[in-house]
Amino acid sequence: MNILVCVKQVPDTTEIKIDPVKNTLIRDGVPSILNPFDGYALEAAARIKDKDPDAKIVAVTMGPPQAVAVLKECLAIAADKAYLVSGRTFGGSDTLATSYILSSAVKKIEETEGKFDAIFCGKQAIDGDTAQVGPEMAEHLGYPQVTYGLEAEVDGDGLKVIKEMEDGKAVMGVKFPCVVTFTKPAWDPRYPTIKRKMAANRAEIPTLDDTMFPEMDTTRIGLKGSPTHVKKTFVPQKKSGGVKIQEADNETGAKKLFELLSGASII
Amino acid sequence: MSNPFFNEDHESIREMARDFANKTLAPIAAEVDKTEHFPLEVAKQMADLGFLGLKIPEEYGGLGLDMRSYVCVMEEIARKCATATLFISSANSLSTAPIVISGTPEQKEKYLPGVVAGEEFIAFGLTEPNAGSDAASLTTKAVKDGDDYILNGRKCFITMAPMANYTIVYAKTDPEKGAKGITCFMVDMSLPGVSCGKHEEKMGQRGVPVSDVVLEDVRVSKDCVIGEVDLGFINAMKTLSVGRVGVASMCLGMAAEAIELAVEHTKNRVQFGKPLCKHQAIAFMLADMETKLNAARGLVYNAAWLMDNGVKADKEASMAKYFAAEAAIDIINKSLQLHGGYGYSREYAIERLYRDIRVCSIYEGSSQVQQIVISGQMLK
Ligand SMILES: Cc1cc2nc3c(=O)[nH]c(=O)nc-3n(C[C@H](O)[C@H](O)[C@H](O)COP(=O)(O)OP(=O)(O)OC[C@H]3O[C@@H](n4cnc5c(N)ncnc54)[C@H](O)[C@@H]3O)c2cc1C
Repeated sequence: MNILVCVKQVPDTTEIKIDPVKNTLIRDGVPSILNPFDGYALEAAARIKDKDPDAKIVAVTMGPPQAVAVLKECLAIAADKAYLVSGRTFGGSDTLATSYILSSAVKKIEETEGKFDAIFCGKQAIDGDTAQVGPEMAEHLGYPQVTYGLEAEVDGDGLKVIKEMEDGKAVMGVKFPCVVTFTKPAWDPRYPTIKRKMAANRAEIPTLDDTMFPEMDTTRIGLKGSPTHVKKTFVPQKKSGGVKIQEADNETGAKKLFELLSGASII
Repeated sequence: MSNPFFNEDHESIREMARDFANKTLAPIAAEVDKTEHFPLEVAKQMADLGFLGLKIPEEYGGLGLDMRSYVCVMEEIARKCATATLFISSANSLSTAPIVISGTPEQKEKYLPGVVAGEEFIAFGLTEPNAGSDAASLTTKAVKDGDDYILNGRKCFITMAPMANYTIVYAKTDPEKGAKGITCFMVDMSLPGVSCGKHEEKMGQRGVPVSDVVLEDVRVSKDCVIGEVDLGFINAMKTLSVGRVGVASMCLGMAAEAIELAVEHTKNRVQFGKPLCKHQAIAFMLADMETKLNAARGLVYNAAWLMDNGVKADKEASMAKYFAAEAAIDIINKSLQLHGGYGYSREYAIERLYRDIRVCSIYEGSSQVQQIVISGQMLK
């Protein structure tokens, strides 16, 4: 069993504020973290490895050199190997270009690590919230995909994935090789142990830079290869907090609502 | 680099400990205090992460790390739950240092891995009803009987005794020779003649039980002697030297937390038309607290650094423990003061910190005992 987990370094959005004048994110002094959903993907892989200690977990990120920090975190938690994909011509890539580069990286890493049975991603990164890179990778690679995974278990020549639905859960079967994106499960991801953490501090993390992909179509990468253009970012106007009506039963609730609305001359 | 005393490994260990303290310990700390019970599965989790084996050699299941790694963990864990640090200090210092310092390879093999795994607990029994600060005056006796020793006596204030599998007992093998006639024994708590008194009802650090250990004609084999016969007191003093830096680190963590709480509270609480912290008298109090904490840090980190570099640091360890404990008690007291009536309420964490910190200038050598050690070194 060979699993690739795709991760991203993101600003800790719980600490982020928006510049009220310029309408941009104030990133100064905001700590960078492993995208939480990628942490769930890694945990899902780790749980497969708990049952099958021979399973291999490889982590990959595309990002600037300082993104090795999240790769080290993955190594400390559960990954056996990690790769950084980094190059100037990759900069400014939107989700389509990113997923194209990552799919090329999958092929490249497979030359060393062997074919991946499954590629796990977080459902989305908390900085962009697009939820597109995982599914687009599946398309680039021509693999089946399951999104919004909560748990995954090896089942014959594929995975059994429990998937979050709007009104419940679904159990999906998917054949290897496949892509699964993960959302927040009921449990917290494991802590790294001190032993793994220290080994991670010493780990060599190979970089795959833009010169290492001679086959890559350079019109599909970077800012030029990105069809997405951000026109404007703005902070939506704050709605004032509503009134919650909570009465013993629905009828009294409805009456109360009616009183309120008629009192405000709305009806 | 944030601090000349620490390297990347230290920083990442600190970060892990902080993360664990925030996510796992902070939510249970008040309950641990209230119920006087620390969940053993959390102790096991701390073991799995490596916190209980930091200073234990790798061949016995530990991580073989240095004093500064231990300091980082103690500091961060103490911020959220003082009781949790007792599991860590017990495993890394009081209960294992005597074995690591002077045990045989067989003894290390027998006792250390269980402690590292969080599956066995060893208590440290030095204090007696009539031998506290003057530990060498202890009267528990060990009389040789063939290949065995027969132990009689009473230890008191023994942390973890009621839950321990073993207690390290210091007993007189040659009462004539005073401190030079004390031997260190590993006593299995399930042996006939061993019992624990009632649990002490404590002011703070309540999640771990503390009791007497009563020894009545307890027969132990000579394999249970740790180190050399009659040289046990040296082993106790060396153990305490490590322990003192641990207690000092715990003080740093608790004081840091108290300062954070004080800053938070005085920023938010408005009196006389502005936040409390905008009153200069209060801002200056915060400045004093922060300065004192950082002075204490300097002493503690320095003592740990010296130990890691193989320099004898008994005086430095005593200065660190003395200053850090007194500083932390003062800082926490001031933080409580700044909380006003809220600080006196059990609903606020500062109230627990105030109780938890108090013992730090008493156990593992009171402040006065540290002064004796420090001045003793100056005047010899
Ligand atoms: C919660 C808790 C846990 C403990 N855990 C353990 C444990 O696990 N193992 C263990 O062996 N012990 C343990 N102890 C015991 C602790 O180490 C002793 O309480 C401590 O050494 C002080 O001894 P004492 O209580 O007998 O006080 P005393 O020695 O009677 O001292 C009373 C006061 O007099 C002062 N004093 C004493 N002699 C002098 C002097 N010559 N000059 C100036 N001042 C002096 C002391 O500083 C103190 O302020 C624990 C205690 C507590 C409260």
